[in-house]
Amino acid sequence: MGIFSKFVAKLKGQSIADPLDWKTLEEELLAADLGPKLASDILKSAKEVKGNDAAAALTEILNSHLSKKSRDLSAEVLTQAILIVGVNGTGKTTSAAKLATYLKETGSSVLLGAADTFRAAAVEQLQTWGARIGVSVVSGKVGAEPAAVAFDSAVAAKDAQVKFLIIDTAGRLHNKSDLMSELGKVRRVVEKTLPIGEVLLVIDATTGQNGIAQAKIFAEAVDVTGLIVTKLDGSARGGVALAIESALDIPIKFVGTGEGSQDFAPFEPTKYLAELIND
Amino acid sequence: MFDSLSSKLTGVFSSLRSRGKLSNSDIENICTDIKSALLESDVALSVVDSFIELIREKSLAALPTLQSGTNQAQAIFEIVNAELTQILGGAARRIRIAKNPPTVIMLAGLQGAGKTTLAGKLAKFYLDQGNTPILVASDLQRPNAVTQLQVVGESVGVPVFAPEPGNGVGDPVKVAEQAIVFAKSKLYNMVIVDTAGRLGVDEELMQQAKNIRDAVKPDEILFVVDAMIGQDAVRTAKAFQDGVGFDGVVLTKLDGDARGGAALSIAELTGKPIMFSSNGEKLTDFDIFYPDRMASRILGMGDVATLAEQAKKALNNESSAKLEEKFARGDDFTLEDFLEQLEAMSKMGSMSKILGMLPGSGAMKKQIENFDESEIVRTKSIVQSMTPLERRDPKVLNGSRRARIAIGAGRKVQDVNSLVDKFSAAQKMMRQMRNGGGMPPAMAQSMGMPAGMRSGQTATHKAQQQPKKKSKSGNPAKRAAEERE
Repeated sequence: MGIFSKFVAKLKGQSIADPLDWKTLEEELLAADLGPKLASDILKSAKEVKGNDAAAALTEILNSHLSKKSRDLSAEVLTQAILIVGVNGTGKTTSAAKLATYLKETGSSVLLGAADTFRAAAVEQLQTWGARIGVSVVSGKVGAEPAAVAFDSAVAAKDAQVKFLIIDTAGRLHNKSDLMSELGKVRRVVEKTLPIGEVLLVIDATTGQNGIAQAKIFAEAVDVTGLIVTKLDGSARGGVALAIESALDIPIKFVGTGEGSQDFAPFEPTKYLAELIND
Repeated sequence: MFDSLSSKLTGVFSSLRSRGKLSNSDIENICTDIKSALLESDVALSVVDSFIELIREKSLAALPTLQSGTNQAQAIFEIVNAELTQILGGAARRIRIAKNPPTVIMLAGLQGAGKTTLAGKLAKFYLDQGNTPILVASDLQRPNAVTQLQVVGESVGVPVFAPEPGNGVGDPVKVAEQAIVFAKSKLYNMVIVDTAGRLGVDEELMQQAKNIRDAVKPDEILFVVDAMIGQDAVRTAKAFQDGVGFDGVVLTKLDGDARGGAALSIAELTGKPIMFSSNGEKLTDFDIFYPDRMASRILGMGDVATLAEQAKKALNNESSAKLEEKFARGDDFTLEDFLEQLEAMSKMGSMSKILGMLPGSGAMKKQIENFDESEIVRTKSIVQSMTPLERRDPKVLNGSRRARIAIGAGRKVQDVNSLVDKFSAAQKMMRQMRNGGGMPPAMAQSMGMPAGMRSGQTATHKAQQQPKKKSKSGNPAKRAAEERE
């Protein structure tokens, strides 16, 4: 159900500027995790709009809050590395595997690097995925230095001349500065061998306003270039990702919608907004 | 967690404290501030509204009864605190232990909430209390979830019942069922069933969870929820309540900076108690959830109760009694005692966590998070490189001894010097305290809290009966130092 469905239904045939139950709109915006700030901005713009097409007006308003940056992957011609980062349990390993599947199916050669050497069985989880989707996985021992594994995978990717190296990293809470600097080290070490095309931050759609803090600090530590929003097949609408786009200008690049390797697609803003507003 | 909420509320109340008599409009202002703080903390709007309504009603009712002389802001603060505690679960409840073992605990929740890690923590928690738990790998969905549970089980020393390899192979219901039979036959008294993560809207998987439930008839179903969850907490919690049903809630990833407002929403909307909280990646980063303590924490009053308990657990009675005795005798605190304290502290957990529990720690949040834990290890290595004589009497530390210690500890001589200097300063403070002073804040940092707290208590006690300490030192340099004080 779209967040504005109730609201849009009431608006049918009316001007959006007519006196309305703004409280309903505010509630729906907040319930979608857009947060008090973005919600009140949108509300303010909505009150100023004149016209007859409420849905179009809302689409326009929401669109104005989206990032204008490109949502395509970096156009680097040589082998490039993609770092997958995020807090614990957002779905990094699954996203790494799905992204590998997606890139492989669109005709690129891919290698996976298992630099999550911390969580029990994370390496095996990625290896299982690798075997399932037919992509090789470079891994080290449990407890190995993540930067070392990342480096080895970068060298392997360069030798094998694959197009993309996707590096899965351990989940870390953004308020742990030692873990964040460890991530910075992984980035620096990889950069010595390969250009970093993308640093993708995985955001769980169920996350609340803390997502903004996550994005802000990860961006400071490793210069995040895009978001992967996961678990959008649930009842959460992932509004915090819009709040991140709006506040930090980091574009959503991919969305995850299930546990299968195919449940993954590039983010399409028009389609997403249409669903948000009309469904 | 809750830090922003607590700092906001602390701000609201400190501005009120400076006022004398409160008016109705002051109450309105408090309510508006609390409302926006709660919304930013991901508390569901409906919960926020009803909570604010409650606070407004109670505060307005209490207002006329307050004498103009009493601290009215304090009274309102108490109301908010009491209501918060009430919503967070009223009184803490323990897990129900089955009359006929095994006690069966089933975990359920969204993907990535932290069920598998929690299973290990629960197992360790109950193992340490003398139970004989087993872990059951009923998450046959996520790649290598079974392996993860096996690794976790091995590290806490709890057997893992995992007849199926997982990765989509095997029937989780059958595994759970067989686990109960296995536990009964081998006389394990507790069974912890880890299940696959599932979405609230996934009817098929919710049915599977129900089937597992019906097969094992759990004494407790725990809903595991990530403290970072947003407004969806309400829908998800309801979906799980209507789907598989649950008896208690476990909050995970509380070591993050998420404000955790979802905890309020879930407790309020489902009426189920939050039973445990998990706050780190180590398998010991886990505790019973204390609503009253959490409410205190939300309101920025610190969590001294937890701290005291952990200190008690970590400092074994013998060593603390010995230390107290030393103080009573007027003996000096030596590097040996210091080492003992450092070791006890590492048992209590990370320094940042310990400091985070102190009242008013919200203000120095950043420093606490950036506390270099390896500093303790470095300090320990220096002390451990000393001879017993040197530990007892640092005055003998001449240049060549210091150089030897530095080599032994793999540090620089400057590091040894700075430790000795810091220690002498701390030792001096200890003496002052024994003579009736309070605990200087610097000491908390250089010496570690438990020692400070304990000696702080001893100090006041001593001050009453023995205002002046007699110097006992046989060392001339030391005696001179004592006499100078």
